[in-house]
Amino acid sequence: MRIGIVCPYSWDVPGGVQFHIRDLAQHLIRLGHEVSVLAPSDDETPLPPYVVSAGRAVPVPYNGSVARLNFGFLSAARVRRWVHDGRFDVLHIHEPATPSLALLTCWAAQGPIVATFHTSNPRSRAMIAAYPILQPALEKISARIAVSEYARRTLVEHLGGDAVVIPNGVDVDFFAGAEPKAEWQGGTIGFIGRIDEPRKGLPVLMKALPRILEERPGTRLLVAGRGDEKEAVESLPVRMRGQVEFLGMISDEDKARMLRSVDLYVAPNTGGESFGIILVEAMSSGAPVLASDLDAFAQVLDGGEAGELFANEDADALADAAVQLLGDPERREQLRAYGSRHVRRFDWSTVGADVLAVYETVADGAASVAPDERIGLRARLGFARD
Amino acid sequence: MPDLTTWILIAVAVLLIGVYLSWTAGRLDRLHARIDAAKAALDAQLLRRASIAQELATAGLLDPAASIVLYQAAHDARQAEEDQREVAESELSQALRAVFDESAQVDAVRAAPGGEDAAVELAGAVRRVPMARRFHNDAVRAARALRRHRTVRWLRLAGYAPFPLAFEMDDEPPPALADRGNGAPQ
Repeated sequence: MRIGIVCPYSWDVPGGVQFHIRDLAQHLIRLGHEVSVLAPSDDETPLPPYVVSAGRAVPVPYNGSVARLNFGFLSAARVRRWVHDGRFDVLHIHEPATPSLALLTCWAAQGPIVATFHTSNPRSRAMIAAYPILQPALEKISARIAVSEYARRTLVEHLGGDAVVIPNGVDVDFFAGAEPKAEWQGGTIGFIGRIDEPRKGLPVLMKALPRILEERPGTRLLVAGRGDEKEAVESLPVRMRGQVEFLGMISDEDKARMLRSVDLYVAPNTGGESFGIILVEAMSSGAPVLASDLDAFAQVLDGGEAGELFANEDADALADAAVQLLGDPERREQLRAYGSRHVRRFDWSTVGADVLAVYETVADGAASVAPDERIGLRARLGFARD
Repeated sequence: MPDLTTWILIAVAVLLIGVYLSWTAGRLDRLHARIDAAKAALDAQLLRRASIAQELATAGLLDPAASIVLYQAAHDARQAEEDQREVAESELSQALRAVFDESAQVDAVRAAPGGEDAAVELAGAVRRVPMARRFHNDAVRAARALRRHRTVRWLRLAGYAPFPLAFEMDDEPPPALADRGNGAPQ
């Protein structure tokens, strides 16, 4: 199958959607499909052979933060050329409801189009205003995929219609086969995420930490992620600061080794999550998971069967649950066993088969993807001579 | 007598309205094409499911009672008239759920010669039917939303295309086949 995938965000900026697209593309290529990914990128950035640059993304303030977007005449021309040259059987765009390359592609192409909705953002004012403009472009999407039941619900509420749920994929065996690192073992708690992003929840964990350290002395917290390390430990009593180890940004290999080593992985995120890939990675590595009870997390953890949940933003509840888990190796072993069985549904072999099933459902018998030839004004009015 | 500027303004307005109407008709046309494609895909998936069910029912892998129930449901689903189809397909879903209620039954099918392929095919089919149905109903919803617009109704932009109807059925797959947490090959 010839598959064209559109990445809405800059290829050179790390992010969940980009990683998902990279893994999906590589998985499909391994299965023998022809894949081309169109992504915003500086023309100088080295790209994998399957990625085509759509030009540099321009930073624009949008919806309360700075979004890097592609729009305008040049981007549209590049999109049309890519669609035309690719002769794809199916086009897979990501995040089409944001003003991005995905929306631009949706507007410029016709044929079988599959769209994945990743985020479950509350409806923005701009979206409401743009709805009549968005609608005709979104109508071209033949199949919608939501990454979780939660994301599907937001999608149905905001845009109407329906979507199938296909979770994000993880290479389970990569995480399950990683070698634990001795210095990260022995009474350790793991946290991965941006330190200076409050929604990732490190402050909640820091608030709970003194109680955990009092009741389980010798416990260490390993923190992997970008941000100001000094500021992060400011709320801790000085004598406890030594128990927190910052690993900075770590590679995928080290991430897997860290998750293999820790006794407990804590995900105290306070909101803004529509899936929770990190929980799946932790479970794949066999790390027992303790997470805040966000809708998306509860779903990934099978309602609390595959990992424990605590009341969101409640540091005391987090401390209670962590202390109990750290003192109960049997329960941790139980979570490990359940988790490693449960994550199989998130493995690329399963997720990739589902995505391909969607491609085949929409592409069967349909014409292939082509640029949407906009009918000129004269043709519309019947004046065109051809 | 209105002056020239007014005439030009009127002409521009008429032109714009014309372009808008033509564009909306184009949108509707595309939506109807999408429904047709989705309907064909759904039809193909339903037929696939019914054939695999019928194959399994006649392969002698199941006990006689289960075979008869499954055969009857699969046969009815394939033969159903258009207006009876939703009911017949729902009954096939129920029959499949009844027969493959336990994972032991699925394992027994897998263990038989050639059973592995049949189980994989059936699992694929029961997974794809809900997918195809959602895509179909999503297209139907989009077309209905547009057709409800006053302009579209008053000017009959939809032409003679029938008002699109959603396909409503029970497509819940048997849990033993749908459970992907047990390492079942897909």
